[in-house]
Amino acid sequence: MSRPSLAQGQGVRSVVIPKTGISRERVEGRILAVSKMVGIAFFLIITLLPFYYMFMLSVRPIERLARDPGALFIPLDQITFDTYTEVLRSVRDGGQGFITFIINSGIIATASVILAIALAIPGSYAISRLDFFGRRKVHYLFLAVYLFPAILLAIPLFVFFSRVGLRGSLFGLILVYASQTIPVTIHMLRNYFEAVPESLEEAAAVDGASRLQIIRRISVPLAMPAIMATGLFVFMIAWNEFLFALLFLVDRRESWTVTLGLSQLAGSIEVPTTVLMAGAVIITAPILILFFLTERLLVEGLTAGAEKG
Amino acid sequence: MTGAAKTARRREPTLEQREARAGLALISPTVIIVLAVVVAPIIWTFIIAFQDLRLRTLGQTGLFPLEFSLDNFVEIVTAAGFVPALTTTIVYSLVGTTLAIALGLAAALVVRKPFRGRTLVRGAMLLPYVAPVVAVTFVWSIMLDPNLGIINAIGQDVLGWREPIPFLSQRSATWQILGFQFDVPVALVTVIVYQAWRYFPFAFLFLLARLQALPGDLDEAARVDGATPIQRFRFITLPQLMGVIALLAVLRFIWTFNEFDDIYLLTGGGAGTEVVSVRVYEYLIGRGDLSAAAALALILAGLLAVLLIFYFRSPAARSAI
Repeated sequence: MSRPSLAQGQGVRSVVIPKTGISRERVEGRILAVSKMVGIAFFLIITLLPFYYMFMLSVRPIERLARDPGALFIPLDQITFDTYTEVLRSVRDGGQGFITFIINSGIIATASVILAIALAIPGSYAISRLDFFGRRKVHYLFLAVYLFPAILLAIPLFVFFSRVGLRGSLFGLILVYASQTIPVTIHMLRNYFEAVPESLEEAAAVDGASRLQIIRRISVPLAMPAIMATGLFVFMIAWNEFLFALLFLVDRRESWTVTLGLSQLAGSIEVPTTVLMAGAVIITAPILILFFLTERLLVEGLTAGAEKG
Repeated sequence: MTGAAKTARRREPTLEQREARAGLALISPTVIIVLAVVVAPIIWTFIIAFQDLRLRTLGQTGLFPLEFSLDNFVEIVTAAGFVPALTTTIVYSLVGTTLAIALGLAAALVVRKPFRGRTLVRGAMLLPYVAPVVAVTFVWSIMLDPNLGIINAIGQDVLGWREPIPFLSQRSATWQILGFQFDVPVALVTVIVYQAWRYFPFAFLFLLARLQALPGDLDEAARVDGATPIQRFRFITLPQLMGVIALLAVLRFIWTFNEFDDIYLLTGGGAGTEVVSVRVYEYLIGRGDLSAAAALALILAGLLAVLLIFYFRSPAARSAI
């Protein structure tokens, strides 16, 4: 009589196991779906709120802010854009001179892009296509850029540029920015040069094209989107950079960059917070616009290789 | 490129030599500028650290006086505040890196599967990392301001704080929970939270790229075998992410360790947040002692090297990378 009961018991168990499995799957799935929604909301709030706050403060009169610092929404009729005109206007006209900072940053960033790309195109082409002595060792050289703190590099560069009288000039900064971004520009461009079909280049070589002609006529046009994205990336880094600008340019207000200008003025009590917020919006907006225009290319270029684990 | 073409090239040494020469010519501008603006300055820092170079007398003294001494190192290591700065740097880097990666992992898991508006959410998550550091630190310092800031306004009006918390200028506060007293380093915790907020997008990007490249069949097989979603994450997904996580940990640790901008802009190194790089700046500009600054910067780099060697020698790192 014991056998049937055992079979019965087994039968019960074999029904129960998948049942709990399914319900646990369902319960966990439900919990995960809810926590996913909560997570998305959480991340949206922590990432967007500071930027919304930045913009909101920039269009408020300072007296209003002092009276009601906790407000997240402001009545439309209180919005003012005087803060923007004040922060942009030159010091002589009673403003903060941000227009000068924007021009300085624009010049430095553009020149850094041109120099970095001019170096990175031949450099990354060589690494991706040509087998030369030390090809695999070049990376160790670039590692130095990453491993040593910028502040360490800054000391001898500070001494050097002071001695040759280049410390206050924009040229020194351009040289520093271009060299600091070389590892990442070469990394990004190399992946694209490697993706250009080699047969195309060989066909051109058979037709008598020189190496430089091949680069100019075939590789560069094909990798153009990547070159643009890399250039914009360098632009963003140069525009955002703070430490070297602080060390090299702080003595002369007329050569301040946007980041240096904002940080220096943020320390003084004479400039209203809302005016400086307008400055913060002005230096942030172009970067965010550039980034979202090129997001896909940038993300692909930067994370190339990460998929492999 | 076919194998035949490769062997053909190997048989023809002149072409190979021409290629090698062209490669060297094309890479040399890059190498020269990196040598001149990165490698040479690093070597020069070693020389400066053993000299006695001052900002005030920089114009008069020669750049290579042949007096080498260890005075700078002795002075720096015995100075008050050296050990606290080291500890702060290590705590800041370790906790900041861990939090940033954990937050990045959570963010990547949340947007892993497609949903409507996903591109926008992903874009929003990159904002803190992309925006200029000066602008975001400024916004944070205003948000946390005791008088003008929204956090303290909400804290006092809604959460019932009795007085505003000076997040960025208070060294420590005593907290009482269930009769226990905790000393909380307020400013340090604040800059660490800020650091996690600003740098989680970097971890998020790489983890998301890896997550989306994972083959689906393992996960599917585990599902068929009855593994629940949490089990599948714990035993199937997470182990496949460990390589990227280990790499991110190293990269973020190096960068946080060397970080200057964020702390300098948020607190100026005050209220118990002085990290070594801010201290280097203080020696360099505040005291104009170039040699002491160089020596301290070298100590920072040396310590980082030692920590990295330890990490790469550890069995945990070897199995992960």
